[in-house]
Amino acid sequence: MNIIVCIKQVPETTEVRINPETNTLIREGVPSIINPFDENAIEEALRLREKHGGKVTVITMGPPQASEALRQSIAMGVDEVVLVSDRAFAGSDTWATSYTLSMTIKKLAPFDIIFCGKQAIDGDTAQVGPGIAEWLNIPQVTFASKVEVNLGKAKIERLLEEVNEVVECPLPAVITVVKQINEPRLPSLKGMMRAKKAEIKTMTAADIEADIVNLGLKGSPTSVVKIFTPPPKGGGELLSGEVPEMVDKLISKLRERKTI
Amino acid sequence: MDKCTGCSLCVKACPLNAIKMEDVSPVPEGKRPRKKAVIDLDACTLCSACVPSCRPGAIEISHEKVEVEGKSSFKGIWVFAEQREGKIQSVAYELLTEGKKLAADLNVELSAVLCGDSSIEDEVEHLFAYGADKVYLATHAELKHYHTAPYTRAIAEMIKKFKPEIVLIGATTLGRDLAARLAIRVGAGLTADCTSLAIDPQKKILLQTRPAFGGNIMATIQTPNHRPQMSTVRPKVFKKSKVQTPKPKDGNLIKFSPVITPEDLTVKLLQIIEDETVKVNLAEAEIVVSGGRGLGEAKNFKLIEELAAVLGGAVGASRATVDAGWISAHHQVGQTGKTVSPKLYIACGISGKIQHLAGMQSSETIVAINKDPEAPIFKVASYGIMADLFEVVPQLTKKIKELRA
Amino acid sequence: MDYLLTEEQKMIRQLARKVSEEKVKPVRAELDESGKFPWEIMKTFAEADLCGLYIPSEYGGFGGGTLEFCLAVEEISRVCGGVGVTFAASALGSVPILIFGTEEQKKKYLPDIASGKKLAAFGLTEANAGSDAAGLETTAKKEGDHYILNGTKQWITNGGEAEIYAVIAMTDKKKGARGATAFIVEKDTPGFTFGKKENKMGIRCSATRELVFQDCKVPAENVLGKEGMGFIVAMKTLDKTRPGIGAQAVGIAQGALDEALKYSRERIQFGAPISTIQAVQHMLANMATEIEASRALVYAVARCIDSGSTDFTKEAAMCKLFASDTAMKVTTDAVQIFGGYGYMKDYPVEKMMRDAKITQIYEGTNQIQRNQIALGLIKETASKK
Repeated sequence: MNIIVCIKQVPETTEVRINPETNTLIREGVPSIINPFDENAIEEALRLREKHGGKVTVITMGPPQASEALRQSIAMGVDEVVLVSDRAFAGSDTWATSYTLSMTIKKLAPFDIIFCGKQAIDGDTAQVGPGIAEWLNIPQVTFASKVEVNLGKAKIERLLEEVNEVVECPLPAVITVVKQINEPRLPSLKGMMRAKKAEIKTMTAADIEADIVNLGLKGSPTSVVKIFTPPPKGGGELLSGEVPEMVDKLISKLRERKTI
Repeated sequence: MDKCTGCSLCVKACPLNAIKMEDVSPVPEGKRPRKKAVIDLDACTLCSACVPSCRPGAIEISHEKVEVEGKSSFKGIWVFAEQREGKIQSVAYELLTEGKKLAADLNVELSAVLCGDSSIEDEVEHLFAYGADKVYLATHAELKHYHTAPYTRAIAEMIKKFKPEIVLIGATTLGRDLAARLAIRVGAGLTADCTSLAIDPQKKILLQTRPAFGGNIMATIQTPNHRPQMSTVRPKVFKKSKVQTPKPKDGNLIKFSPVITPEDLTVKLLQIIEDETVKVNLAEAEIVVSGGRGLGEAKNFKLIEELAAVLGGAVGASRATVDAGWISAHHQVGQTGKTVSPKLYIACGISGKIQHLAGMQSSETIVAINKDPEAPIFKVASYGIMADLFEVVPQLTKKIKELRA
Repeated sequence: MDYLLTEEQKMIRQLARKVSEEKVKPVRAELDESGKFPWEIMKTFAEADLCGLYIPSEYGGFGGGTLEFCLAVEEISRVCGGVGVTFAASALGSVPILIFGTEEQKKKYLPDIASGKKLAAFGLTEANAGSDAAGLETTAKKEGDHYILNGTKQWITNGGEAEIYAVIAMTDKKKGARGATAFIVEKDTPGFTFGKKENKMGIRCSATRELVFQDCKVPAENVLGKEGMGFIVAMKTLDKTRPGIGAQAVGIAQGALDEALKYSRERIQFGAPISTIQAVQHMLANMATEIEASRALVYAVARCIDSGSTDFTKEAAMCKLFASDTAMKVTTDAVQIFGGYGYMKDYPVEKMMRDAKITQIYEGTNQIQRNQIALGLIKETASKK
């Protein structure tokens, strides 16, 4: 099986803190990691390779330092990596990003499955995976919590709000995965050494024959008007007294607010 | 570059270390040596984090104007009426209510788009009840149960034909799966999981505000030129309300027969696995009672279930409890679980890690019950009870039961 | 402090730290409470390629040396001393094979240890032979192409869980110190059973059991080295693995300091964090200095061994002695800094204090270590005359 995994290097958003004086994000010293959902995607790809044989290629669109994320995926055991990087990609929204990745994937064809994480923890859009599927004109299955492959078809369990849906999807297809699908493996020492020595293959906009009209800031239908930090959620009240007292106080306050 | 004062605040703001301070040379006569910020454009992704940090306004990201043909021929606001098992979901009504305000600002029509098999027509009156001026109804046997391809086909064709300027879709698993594909199909700009919408009074375009970085920052997004402007909107953020005088069905119901091809039907539904522990849909619930590691063991979720039951609410859970196997993943609230925005969120024995807060901090009222005074949940709680949940929760349940009796 | 580690050594440290933080930390309290053997975690170390760091690559190992091993042990022990010693004791059982094994023996046993498939253990100590190792009572009688082992080993780390044991038994009591022989004994050999798992003060997840030999038939080809070399095998093994215990102690101490430092900045008394109080600051400074000195000594000895030196007995004893005494002192001070909370099992430092104690006792008590050092000093001076 030829499996492609799309990953993104993101800042560790759980480490991000707010500067109490300026009320802005402190981004200094925040480590960069592989987007956690993408780690699940890599793990699922590796499991399918272990079961069915084949090759796992990890790709990422980003500035040069994104190659660090690719090295981490080599340490997990993937076969090949590609960094698609070009100044022309700067400012891409999900339209441009999914287009760029789909053009890169075309250069890596043929493929059986494209795995993506459900969403990136910085952008939180969950739009790139389905976007890639549309650009490539292949089916998509999102929120996958279980994947089995048999004879050119995938049987996928999807984690929806209240129920799980089991669908059958022909390959090739794009599958986006949720955290519940697996426990990503840790890097191995041999993998880390491979990663250190590895030469990262880089492709530019010209290499993927991308149409500039869909690239970067100019090629993005959406743009950011402003970024701001939400007002700190403070002004809470700590109830006091014995437990029965506090329970009574809480109920009366909630009734006052017409919450219950 | 002249405005740069060398304060280096932008260096700290950049998440990619793409900005460095460099010496300004030559040093002017009689002046002290200075440094200026230099941005490495190869490493820069134009994320614009540096822009607000620069007080003198020395950093600008210019947006070139791209004109899209026929932009002005797109008119009206559409709301996708999500239906599951023949029932229209609450989020559709919430979006109609909000859509009505936006439509008034723009002085355009508000329409609902409904897809299903022929029996779905019975539901149409509800859409008018919540303010739709028109309803576009696409019926086909293959639209009974949602699949990406047939729904994308049907709605894309309708968008191409009827040209709405704005399309709003609920940010449910269904909505997000659909919108992401649909936007590329029709060439739209799509913004995900919006928590606030407004119309820019000058440009007459939609301003979409939504959380990013796990909810640590808010971003306001626009789609200046591409049409339609699409958004998925977080459920339960807007309140739904019926209109005084709903439009009549006659003359305002536009039927559409989409052409669904075999290529659209390659994904087949094999089975739906119900989760018996889910009694109330977490994402739709007005009240959520959530349990965390403080419960100690699986059987203690009974306390949470009882409190949720008397309040008519849903049961939520922290990731730790789901990972420990105490409760199914459908109840998980947080960054890797569900994001909820109920009227009331009661967190019992939950410490309030950032990943959990990302999933519930936009709730209207948050109550925290935890015996650990240092628990971060107290920072976001409207009301905090610093006591043992095993004492508080049963008493709370009992008293509310008495009240309701 | 920068110890000028190579890229590979840094990788080993980084990986050991990552695995320990992500897989060991969440369960360490539970492992301590239940005393359950950390099989899952050992499996994770195996998958990360960390089990064969000191084993040459021709036997499936990483081909590193004592320093690589110590770096891993230190990082693991920083999170849990029990898991750390489980990891380290396997080296104690395999180093005899490494140093004294024939090519056949190495090929037979080392690959499984390097891959983490099997654990090893070292059986020397007996009820009546602790510090007085020459007082061994376990016998090995030659009968044809076998030796019959009879006797009981006590307090063997990884006992019952390991599959490969390096055991020292007396083949000729009359010869005294030259009458012992080292054997490789596999688990499930008829006549080889285990006692109950000991209920310990600390390192509770580590399995400590008696090895019971009752007419246990061990093939003659399992002799390590030659008949009569038993004590040499034991001494050379212990010399080489002492830095590992030193590293375990450094790790435990560092973990305790990390917790104490963090706590001192959060705990507010008299209107300020206790880290602003000079008395506390001095404690922290002493702790940090002693840990760094221990670490520097352990690494120096490890490097000395890796350079091929054969003369490091005294220094190995020094690093074990100093690091373990430091660990005991630092963990006790850490509990003190935590105050009342430090005494509670809800907080991690009381476990670290309980874990640290054994480092002053096993692999040669610190009193024996001092003997070694003094003897070494006297010998050196005597030979100069």
